[in-house]
Amino acid sequence: MGKPVDRPEIDLSIQSYLPEVLRGMRVSARHFFVNLFTQRDIVTLRYPEDKRPYARRYRGHHRLMRREDGSVRCVACFLCATACPADCIRIVAGEHENKDIEKYPVVFEIDMLKCVFCGLCEEACPCDAIRLDSGVHRQPAFDRASEVCGKVDLLALGSLSAARQGGEFK
Amino acid sequence: MTFILLTAVKVVAFCMVFALSLGAILTWAERKMSALIQDRVGPNRASLLGVRAFGLMHPIADAVKAFTKEDFVPAGANRWLFLTAPALAMVPPLVVFAVVPFGPGLVIAPLDTGMLFVFAILGLGVYGAVLGGWSSDNSLALLGSLRAAAQMVSYEVSMGLNVVGVFAVFGTVSLTQIVVAQGELLWGLVPKWGIVVQPLGFVLFLAAAMAENKRAPFDLPEGESEIVGYHVEYSSMRFAMFFLAEFVEVVVVAAIGATLFLGGWQIPWLDPRGQAGGGVMLAQVGAFVAKVVFLCWLQLLIRWTLPRFRYDQVMTLGWKYLLPLSFANIVVTAVVLAA
Repeated sequence: MGKPVDRPEIDLSIQSYLPEVLRGMRVSARHFFVNLFTQRDIVTLRYPEDKRPYARRYRGHHRLMRREDGSVRCVACFLCATACPADCIRIVAGEHENKDIEKYPVVFEIDMLKCVFCGLCEEACPCDAIRLDSGVHRQPAFDRASEVCGKVDLLALGSLSAARQGGEFK
Repeated sequence: MTFILLTAVKVVAFCMVFALSLGAILTWAERKMSALIQDRVGPNRASLLGVRAFGLMHPIADAVKAFTKEDFVPAGANRWLFLTAPALAMVPPLVVFAVVPFGPGLVIAPLDTGMLFVFAILGLGVYGAVLGGWSSDNSLALLGSLRAAAQMVSYEVSMGLNVVGVFAVFGTVSLTQIVVAQGELLWGLVPKWGIVVQPLGFVLFLAAAMAENKRAPFDLPEGESEIVGYHVEYSSMRFAMFFLAEFVEVVVVAAIGATLFLGGWQIPWLDPRGQAGGGVMLAQVGAFVAKVVFLCWLQLLIRWTLPRFRYDQVMTLGWKYLLPLSFANIVVTAVVLAA
């Protein structure tokens, strides 16, 4: 079954081309002047200056949390590195001067090219040391080595944790 | 001696400063205007010493880029013709400014043959396109130059015929005298501009002139988005010269259109004979420049509104519609003038 199509009547004003040309030029000119004076309809995002806001559930870059004295909360237990499905966390443990804390990470590196941002490291952490909630978008780099993020950078994003060492809340 | 010096100053002011720089600005204006019409931002990144000026630095960046690129000549090309073709495209539109009156008495050469000189020189413009395509030893470029030649020759006919009405009304072909004649008033009220006495002539002139300088919707010879044109083999500044020649032709069409149809340097009801001098004369030059800029704007607006014709449609429009309409315009004008 064919569907009847309404064909517009082609009268002289369409065939003579000129009125339709003027109609088209009116549309172009309207866009030109509106955007010239108000920029109202411009949809372009001027990227490096303006950024589209991220979704509220966006988590972003990892960060390492701090104790009250500013040192890293991490006790180098390797639970995050073990839980990590991408095997992107590298920790080298060292002996802490405080016998109650026992260990601290000498090296704590995350290879951001391997990371899948699953958040399992955060789930695994027993002492709220690593979090995946900074909301910072990692900038691209020119070589792979600079995409490995070290302890200093991770701590710079971190802040004081509300949790107390040992699991008790104040 | 003062005559030579004065002429040299005029040549530099009209051809180099006005026409060339307006052409260069039009390359920016075209991109910016297309962007605004299509709800985009357009060029705004090039910066000179931190000044961006809405992308006005882009023509400078383009020129620097064009000059530093390799100047390529194909192995099989006719070297001599290949190297001269861009100049042949560039020079005729600049020469036309010799007879365009910029203000009362401000014309390089007030020729009595005015408009005929314009047609003669613009007719030479086809050589740039034809020789450029033919000499580059590329079959596609040759086809492009054939399209350009056929189109330009076709539309030259109707372009020449539909300004005959203007000559008939004002009784002269000299551009300076046509402008002075447009200072008169119809019924003591409306300025006797070409567009008032020859409205159809103006529309036909604009259509034919846009086809003549190969711009959309008549840009079949190049058709940059689908087919290659006569300047495929050109690179660096030689290509930029073809490109710039097109924009200078836009300025030429605007200047001739303003002179024939929009009263040239005339400001309505103000000093029609052009004898005031001083501030009034400056205002009249400003009026002429404003009219030229308006017509350039109109051409860009048409270019970003209408889709490209098919080649047979271009030929049909030229020979079957514009040409008979031009004849009809001449006949009607003659009858009205005789009556």
